[in-house]
Amino acid sequence: MGAYQAPLRDMLFNIRELVDFESVVSLPGFEEAAEYLEPVLEQAAEFAADVLDPLNHSGDREGAHFDHGTVSTPKGFKAAFKQFADGGWIGLPMPTEYGGQNLPQIIATAALEMWQASNMAFSNGPLLNQGAIEAILLCGTSEQKQRFIPRLIAGEWTGTMDLTEPQAGSDLAQVRTKAVPTGDHFLLTGQKIFITYGEHDYVDNIVHLVLARTPNAPEGVKGISLFIVPKRTLNPDGSLGELNDVRCAGIEHKLGIHASPTCTMNYGEAGGAVGYLVGEENEGLKYMFIMMNAARFSVGVQGYSLADRAFQAALAYARERVQSKDVAAKEWTPVRIIEHPDVRRMLMDCKAHVEAMRSLAFYTAAQLDHAHHNPDPAAKAEAQSGVELFTPIVKAWSTEISTQLVSEALQCFGGMGYIEETGVAQYYRDVRIAQIYEGTTGIQANDLLGRKFLRDQGKTAMRVMGEMQSTLAALNAWESDELKAIGTEFAKALRALTDASQWLGAEGLRVLANSGNLKSMFAGAVPYLLLWGYTAGGWMMAKAAVIAAGKAGEPFYDAKLKTARYYAAHALPKAVAYAEEVMGGGQSTLAVSEDEFDLDRRALALV
Amino acid sequence: MKIVVTVKLVPDTNADKRIDPATKRLVRTGVETVLNPFDEYAIEAALQLKEKLGGDTTVTIFSMAPETGKEIVRKALAMGADDAAMLSDAGLEGSDVWGTAYAMAQALKKVGFDLIVCGTQSTDAITGELPGALAEYLGVPGLTYLRKVDVDGTTVRGERETDNGYQKVVAELPALVSVTKSINEPRYPSLKGIMGAKKKTITTLSLAELALDRPVGSDGAKTEVLDLAAAPVRGKGRMVNASDGADGARIIVEFLREKKLL
Repeated sequence: MGAYQAPLRDMLFNIRELVDFESVVSLPGFEEAAEYLEPVLEQAAEFAADVLDPLNHSGDREGAHFDHGTVSTPKGFKAAFKQFADGGWIGLPMPTEYGGQNLPQIIATAALEMWQASNMAFSNGPLLNQGAIEAILLCGTSEQKQRFIPRLIAGEWTGTMDLTEPQAGSDLAQVRTKAVPTGDHFLLTGQKIFITYGEHDYVDNIVHLVLARTPNAPEGVKGISLFIVPKRTLNPDGSLGELNDVRCAGIEHKLGIHASPTCTMNYGEAGGAVGYLVGEENEGLKYMFIMMNAARFSVGVQGYSLADRAFQAALAYARERVQSKDVAAKEWTPVRIIEHPDVRRMLMDCKAHVEAMRSLAFYTAAQLDHAHHNPDPAAKAEAQSGVELFTPIVKAWSTEISTQLVSEALQCFGGMGYIEETGVAQYYRDVRIAQIYEGTTGIQANDLLGRKFLRDQGKTAMRVMGEMQSTLAALNAWESDELKAIGTEFAKALRALTDASQWLGAEGLRVLANSGNLKSMFAGAVPYLLLWGYTAGGWMMAKAAVIAAGKAGEPFYDAKLKTARYYAAHALPKAVAYAEEVMGGGQSTLAVSEDEFDLDRRALALV
Repeated sequence: MKIVVTVKLVPDTNADKRIDPATKRLVRTGVETVLNPFDEYAIEAALQLKEKLGGDTTVTIFSMAPETGKEIVRKALAMGADDAAMLSDAGLEGSDVWGTAYAMAQALKKVGFDLIVCGTQSTDAITGELPGALAEYLGVPGLTYLRKVDVDGTTVRGERETDNGYQKVVAELPALVSVTKSINEPRYPSLKGIMGAKKKTITTLSLAELALDRPVGSDGAKTEVLDLAAAPVRGKGRMVNASDGADGARIIVEFLREKKLL
């Protein structure tokens, strides 16, 4: 497989033209970011292609290994992490006072895509590390910040997020790990599972951010606190002390991301692991959610990054592989498979959806920059509401679609795609987890429908739909058949989104008046999220088409316009179908009784 | 101590190269320009010397290139060099290796140096003659093809690669060295380095600022490309039919003997 080539041109288009970059770099602290944009992205692309991509396949084959409490990462990973840390990449979006470079999320998102596309299993380490840093930044004491953050940013230590327990997966109310106060610290006992890079051979210390309950904590989610539990305790002067009572009990054997160790962590087997409370007692879940939203966004980026990588491989193969004659030719002369209409369809599916997902992620990243840094409280709040609405969409829509796209990219290879040596099979196995971790698609959809739409009384959703309407007007203002065709499809999708949203709002009111059906509404949560995803993707492609139409004649923009046209013709009609499913499908989802699921498997005499 | 690293901007090493039949020169437009990969080893060697020597040791990047090459020079700065100087002048177009070395020498005298570090060659012209010519025009000792280099006080010493081993060489500063690819593993520019490079100074010199006593550019070239020919196309492979594996092995061995490869 050829080396990874980062889509720098499209990234720059998104940053410089599609999102309002001018407004991002006018935010306090970002004044100089614009001049660093190109060199930073170029160097990230080089690092991804030269250091991370060559380790991707070998890392998958070798995998991480567990031996008596220690975990070894595949050959080359430790050195790559050192290069990654020495390069300063961990600190890209982090504050300068702790050794970071304070660049906007919009630039961090582009870099994140390159790390993920070139080596997802490696990049899971930095992804979770970032979550740990953000948690301490957000709610740690100034002493905790000084002690941990500079070393986490320098990559001297790494961080993890320890939430899941065997009985507490999506439902963190079930967390049982205990934390008992002892002097200036707590002693933790319990077991955490599915801890990404919970143990490894990169560095001497691993800083675990652990959810646990204090002795008199209330039941459920209101009784969870957040703790820092380092693998090695710290001496008063900050130097490394004794090994803490934390042990890795094993790693999982998984479908994909073999190089990324997924650890079971046992706390307090020898009496109790020393932990330090972060923020207020019983407020842990709130902190974890703020952090998890960032991780959810990153996993969405992970999804389309893998789709783009697999697409790149499929395109190269389709340009070379000669098989069968051109369907329109009279002579039987075998041609390269890229000349077959159906292979084109698969490649266009990849190209168009990846570009739409990238634009939506970059748009959300720009909102994130405003949500964090805009000095005007009203603008800040508006951006924050946008981020909250789009985070579950970026997470779940991108990962759902990307699994399908990697499958289509694999399909371009025919039988060779199913053979591990070809390489594309790994992307298919790796990408699948993105629909699950950091909250499954179902959890994201419930979040969108429950918290982000109903609880918000549709305010943010209506505002965004209003903005979509303005883009539609801009599209229709052009005297161009191409743009009008895009406008026609986008209008239908936007109508569908509006109708489904209004129906859900009305049904929500009926539920309050005891005449609606809340369960059948939530049976339509995933279709509603996908409806949002396809329509928002179409909104981004519509914006791109308007920019491209103004630069007709330049190859990049001509291709962009054609891609937007493909998206309108092939992806947007799905929005209409999902709206139908939301409004009419809920009852039938719940109509079959539990017994009726497997009546057909009972002995004939019992039926 | 002031260390100067000379770098060249070359067409992307992976790109298909084309030669203009009229000028018989490499076409440099329409191809991405990159830092000559050999020069990255020279930059790394200079940075390691700086790290070892500390104090007021500085590393300056020097390049004879059009001003459009500034951003690529910045990449060299991102690796950790302190500043850069460029010699940019349309009058230099068409310079051969002698004209280039002469013009560079005059500019380097102006820039000032204690030690000059060069790569062994460029990936476009591949003459490998520039380091020697430059040392000659500067009137300083030239230690070429070094796989190891060290500076101690006012002395530079190193190991010079030869076909069958190496020579230990030594010279008094100021001096010039060229380093091979076996000397080190060039670092990737760090994020901090990339951002810092934006603020570093790149001075530009023109021919008018130099004291030249002979013409440079195509007028001053002592060599001329008379003719060009494409490399011969590789012949077709020979297909043999072997009755079984042993027969196949016998045929291959015979073939290798015939070609005196066995």
